[in-house]
Amino acid sequence: MTVKNMTIKEVTNKVLNNEELFLLDVRTEDAHQDWKIEGENFSYLNVPYFDLLDGVEEIADQLPKEKEIAVVCAKGGSSQMVAEMLVEEGFENVYSVEGGMKAWSEHLEPVKVNDLKDGGALYQFVRIGKGCLSYMVVSNGEAAVIDSTRMTDVYVEFAKELGVKITNVFDTHLHADHISGGRKIAEQTGAVYWLPPEDAGEVTFDYKPLRDGDHVTVGSTNIDIHALYSPGHTKGSTSFIVDDQYLMTGDILFIDSIGRPDLAGKADDWVMDLRETLYTRYKELSDELIVLPAHFMIMDELNEDGTVAAKLGTLFEKNHGLNIDDQDEFRKMVTENLPPQPNAYQEIRETNMGKISPDNEDQREMEIGPNRCAVR
Amino acid sequence: MELKTDLTLDAKGLACPMPIVKTKKTMKDIEAGQVLEIQATDKGSKADLEAWAKSAGHQYLGTIEENDVLKHYVRKAGSEENDEKKHPDVVNNEDLDAIRKNTATLLLDVRESAEYAFEHIPEAVSMPLGELDERADELDRTKNIYIVCRTGNRSDLAAQKLTEKGFENVYNVVPGMSNWSGETTKL
Repeated sequence: MTVKNMTIKEVTNKVLNNEELFLLDVRTEDAHQDWKIEGENFSYLNVPYFDLLDGVEEIADQLPKEKEIAVVCAKGGSSQMVAEMLVEEGFENVYSVEGGMKAWSEHLEPVKVNDLKDGGALYQFVRIGKGCLSYMVVSNGEAAVIDSTRMTDVYVEFAKELGVKITNVFDTHLHADHISGGRKIAEQTGAVYWLPPEDAGEVTFDYKPLRDGDHVTVGSTNIDIHALYSPGHTKGSTSFIVDDQYLMTGDILFIDSIGRPDLAGKADDWVMDLRETLYTRYKELSDELIVLPAHFMIMDELNEDGTVAAKLGTLFEKNHGLNIDDQDEFRKMVTENLPPQPNAYQEIRETNMGKISPDNEDQREMEIGPNRCAVR
Repeated sequence: MELKTDLTLDAKGLACPMPIVKTKKTMKDIEAGQVLEIQATDKGSKADLEAWAKSAGHQYLGTIEENDVLKHYVRKAGSEENDEKKHPDVVNNEDLDAIRKNTATLLLDVRESAEYAFEHIPEAVSMPLGELDERADELDRTKNIYIVCRTGNRSDLAAQKLTEKGFENVYNVVPGMSNWSGETTKL
């Protein structure tokens, strides 16, 4: 019996277009509660596949007869089995989500943010399942990649399709929620790999130190990437001002939340750095800059065109984390009642330092779950 | 390391859902109270097996990872929980905790050896119920023998057996490991 598959690309489109979908999640209850595919008009039923091995009759009356049903599991094997059983039970609109949550976690959706001057362009890669955002700045045959994920082929292929060469790769900070593809891309393409030295004290490989005030140009048209030291999430966290229009904030400032200072174990030390960055350094910048963060937490943070971006001035008005006058209250907010830390964040940091080299399967397991880099 | 089990299932190289599908089938081939070892390479099998065992009422003992092979241990659910306890001399967990270090105390753990391996009270000596008949002579008759299992039923049977064999100071510990909050040795 063959069952129709639904690709992650199709699921992503349903999320972005606010379409309806009934998701039957056959992972364990813990896994479902921790992390699932979120959609504005999605409905859910969670029954572990191992409770369905004797048949699906028991859940038949909890499933819609007319709507599309997508069965999802961790990697796509169990969903296939359950979908087959549902088809045998007489359900017609049943799909198995191809590759499951693994594919959901790895899917990157490239979205064009805007054209830059003299024929350049800026792209945002939305890792929709994990809420990670990375970027490619393109101009005159050259490209720079910022905060790339470990799915490095996507960037390399994308650059190839555009006919541009990746010459510079940046990480705004040492990531704790996902494994950076920065070093791999640099090795593959011969690009320069930049890291803030304050975060790179323990790294085991060569990199070029990125310091406050550094200027890097992409292509001959002088699209300028200007580094702005902005500690708080980590000691080295650095923001970029691109083409005088965009502010890449890394994990310091998000659309509806701010960065958490505790993932490298120094919450108390870094609270005041975070406050200084958000309330002083960013305040001195133009309100017209468009903020491009490295994460989003909820689907509401996506714009209608699928991008995650907002004017700095708007964030100063609306983002709660930028509107806490009292320093003690601010300290409390970013150090107490924090969400759980990202899955395997210590191992992820060590991987990003080059201290450990887990294989692909292990890297995938380490990245399971939401990113949890923010506090609201 | 090797743990004594009743049957081993090779689910290596199989992707989800097959390790659980096979485990469920294989559980039918062993008796209630026996332990199945499942060897798998699918990393997701640990969380799934633990959740499945809970949902099916079986007892998940633990997992040992060895050279990329995950060895899971599950004990098949039995009817033991409903048995009436017959041995008259009973102590509770707190009583045991107070005297477990005494030199006159001999603490005997009659659960399966895999259960014992994953977690036991530091002073406990392992002698699974099924081996008691052959091995009772190893026990020191001059000691006060306290017998522990998971819920107090296997230890009740063991206490009756030892009494029949002429042991005098034999106590059943209830409820036993299922509710033990004191010190333990873990794998």
